[in-house]
Amino acid sequence: MEKHLFLAGHTACYGCGEALGARLVVDAAGPNIITTDATGCLEVFSSRWPQSAWAVPFIHSLFENSAAVASGVEAALKALGRQGEAKVIAQGGDGGTADIGLQCLSGMFERGHDILYVCYDNEAYMNTGVQRSGLTPYDSDTRTSPFGKVSWGNRYLKKDMPAIAAAHGVPYIATASVAYPKDVQAKVKKALSITGPKYIQVHVPCPLGWKSDPALTIKVAKLAVETGLYPIFEMENGVVTKVRKIPRPAKPVGEYLKLQGRFAHLFKKGGGEGEVKKIQQIADENIKKYGLLSEAAEKVAVEAEKE
Amino acid sequence: MARTFTEGSKAVAETVKLCRPNVIAAYPITPQTHISEELAQMVANGELKAEYVTVESEFAAASVVLGASATGARSYTATSSQGLLLMTEVLFNISGMRLPVVMTCANRAISSPINIWNDQQDSISVRDAGWVQLYAEDIQEASDLHLQAFRIAEHPEVLLPVMVCMDGFILTHAYEPVDLIEQKEADAFLPPYQPQYYLTPKNPITFGAMMGPESYMEARCQLDRALCGSTRIVEEVAKEFKKRFGRFQGALVDTYCIEGAEIVLVAMGSVISTIKEAIDLLRKEGVKVGLLKVRCFRPFPREAIKEALVGAREVLAIDRAFSPGSGGVLATEIRASLQDVKKAPEIKGHIAGLGGREISVETIINIVKDRKSVGIEDRFVDLKEALLK
Amino acid sequence: MKVILGGLAQPATSLANNTGTWRNYIPVFLQKTCTGCTMCAIVCPEGCVYSVEKRKFTFDAKYCKGCGMCAAECPVDDIEMVMEEK
Ligand SMILES: Cc1ncc(C[n+]2csc(CCOP(=O)(O)OP(=O)(O)O)c2C)c(N)n1
Ligand code: SF4
Ligand code: SF4
Ligand code: SF4
Ligand SMILES: [Mg+2]
Repeated sequence: MEKHLFLAGHTACYGCGEALGARLVVDAAGPNIITTDATGCLEVFSSRWPQSAWAVPFIHSLFENSAAVASGVEAALKALGRQGEAKVIAQGGDGGTADIGLQCLSGMFERGHDILYVCYDNEAYMNTGVQRSGLTPYDSDTRTSPFGKVSWGNRYLKKDMPAIAAAHGVPYIATASVAYPKDVQAKVKKALSITGPKYIQVHVPCPLGWKSDPALTIKVAKLAVETGLYPIFEMENGVVTKVRKIPRPAKPVGEYLKLQGRFAHLFKKGGGEGEVKKIQQIADENIKKYGLLSEAAEKVAVEAEKE
Repeated sequence: MARTFTEGSKAVAETVKLCRPNVIAAYPITPQTHISEELAQMVANGELKAEYVTVESEFAAASVVLGASATGARSYTATSSQGLLLMTEVLFNISGMRLPVVMTCANRAISSPINIWNDQQDSISVRDAGWVQLYAEDIQEASDLHLQAFRIAEHPEVLLPVMVCMDGFILTHAYEPVDLIEQKEADAFLPPYQPQYYLTPKNPITFGAMMGPESYMEARCQLDRALCGSTRIVEEVAKEFKKRFGRFQGALVDTYCIEGAEIVLVAMGSVISTIKEAIDLLRKEGVKVGLLKVRCFRPFPREAIKEALVGAREVLAIDRAFSPGSGGVLATEIRASLQDVKKAPEIKGHIAGLGGREISVETIINIVKDRKSVGIEDRFVDLKEALLK
Repeated sequence: MKVILGGLAQPATSLANNTGTWRNYIPVFLQKTCTGCTMCAIVCPEGCVYSVEKRKFTFDAKYCKGCGMCAAECPVDDIEMVMEEK
């Protein structure tokens, strides 16, 4: 088998995007790292005693303190003169990052710790059985934002985490998707070459929570990008320096939504078209804001080839 | 050894400095603030080579020292009251991961009503967090305890966090002459921390794994055994400290005038000094009264307490905190400790000095003299009944 | 398995866990049209796909959960998912 730093035998569901994401991240980072993780699916499926899927030093403490524990790790390395020994990578799910762990993350950013924070964004609290988080997309059907007679699902828009990181002056911020594994890895490597706090948010489909076919994890992730719903970009020193262009014309959001049970109600219940339109609007705004559309369809095809 | 007239917080900070902590993280809260300010200044002056992490909350402070300790750094934090409660979740994690963090708790009441003054409701409320808890009687002891605390925490048979509890304001803000140890002597007493397991690519171990019904109980039992076993180390360290520095204020417990005492007062913290004064006066009057000072509250030194109280007719426990709906915590634990003793003394609980209400020498004398009218149930001492009508 | 202080776990020990037993479908690497693009190995969430030769890939049945991602992503349809006989 290939040599990995995040190993088989973990207990994630079939086709779990988060398991793939974590492996891509640590493999790219290499063995000389120390990782922290928040409570959530990743921690549970990777470190069920007496086993561990981690071949790198790993610490899980609580749901909301991954960034603060990492701050302590980094401070200790400095104090002990061991900075050269390892880079620090803090990890968390979207809930552990954007909701309950946001304060610790803000502290880590603001103090300028030399830490790469990776958020595995599967767009809900999956470990506790699919409840909405601040990164759950609009109209998504979760156990705490269920669709019902008078509800279309989650009423709120995704929290803009990259902007929050940027407001802290974080020098390197990127979004990525497991649909583009080499891009994820390139961004991790680039981030680790920069001193100071870094933030990477990786879109990681959750077949269980999204009610999607596990075999289609990559396809679903790709469609999120190609519809404009999940813009992939890099931000350096507060400026967007690179975006992943998407083929022109962008795919309609329906193509993405229809593959997932969490949006199925939009296509069953009368009036759903209006909601789909609203989601299309979100995608259109992203496309405009980040300039996602490619000049020509061919150029993107060439880029895709390189992936 | 140098004697200086100094503030309690400053004395503690000076001793923490002697311990050469690698990482410090703390968040301001009265009455702890002076300690972390002093340490920040020492770092700023270059006198103390430590990473001082200016965290955004106590929750983060505890999390930072957790991460630092797991990376092999000697780590220190300090807090009070709301700050300690905000740390609660992390406190359990630190002990569960067997990390020898040391903390000062400048004891303060708990909101609501918000109150910045002293009692011990904060540390007592986290008594089940799996930390060693030591209570200081005066500034000298508070200061000395920190050097001992790191030794106890880092002992390979213990590997548990230690909380040094000192009464807020009464000890943190008071000035007293204090003997400070020389760095060389401190280094000889407390060698550098050498963890067996820590976060390093050299041995990429996993901390904080999930344990199920098949092993969780054993992990918890292991923690309990280490905590119970630490009584021996607390004693050993106190004795060695005495040998090196000539000071001894008790190990697990200490006693005062307990020989032939019919009535024994039991308490923790700064009220001990007040009780000693009261005893001196009462003894002059011929009242056979003595004192048992509980210095180590966790692990609860059941045997030492039993031994000290066995001959007494009456035990008067003074609690500066309580468990609403149940009573004084010290009183309750003493009752439990003596339940298998034949002809056990009668144990009476007193809840006193909450939220900074003074416990004076007179209060203590009243507690002793009033003893016949006191019921079995723990009572609130010096209550202003008029405010309750 | 003795409980090490603080419930520590040894690194890379999940390999003892036989997640292959979860499987209903199993991939068949046809090894006919494979271009050696490595996509199957990259996307497998178990990281259990590997190459034996430049254009010959296979997987470790001890861990494969049968999710079908490798087959779905193979650009030349050189992997098939079939119901596993047990
Ligand atoms: C303080 C606290 N509150 C709630 C929980 C329960 N809890 C554990 S994981 C989790 C959700 C995790 O969601 P996310 O961070 O998105 O990670 P995911 O499982 O989706 O990967 C929750 C609510 C907890 N462990 N601690
Ligand atoms: S619930 Fe979702 S995120 Fe969690 S292990 Fe399963 S697929 Fe992965
Ligand atoms: S079916 Fe899934 S688990 Fe099995 S080898 Fe393919 S990608 Fe990996
Ligand atoms: S994805 Fe298909 S073509 Fe590419 S290496 Fe795997 S089997 Fe070969
Ligand atoms: Mg999530």
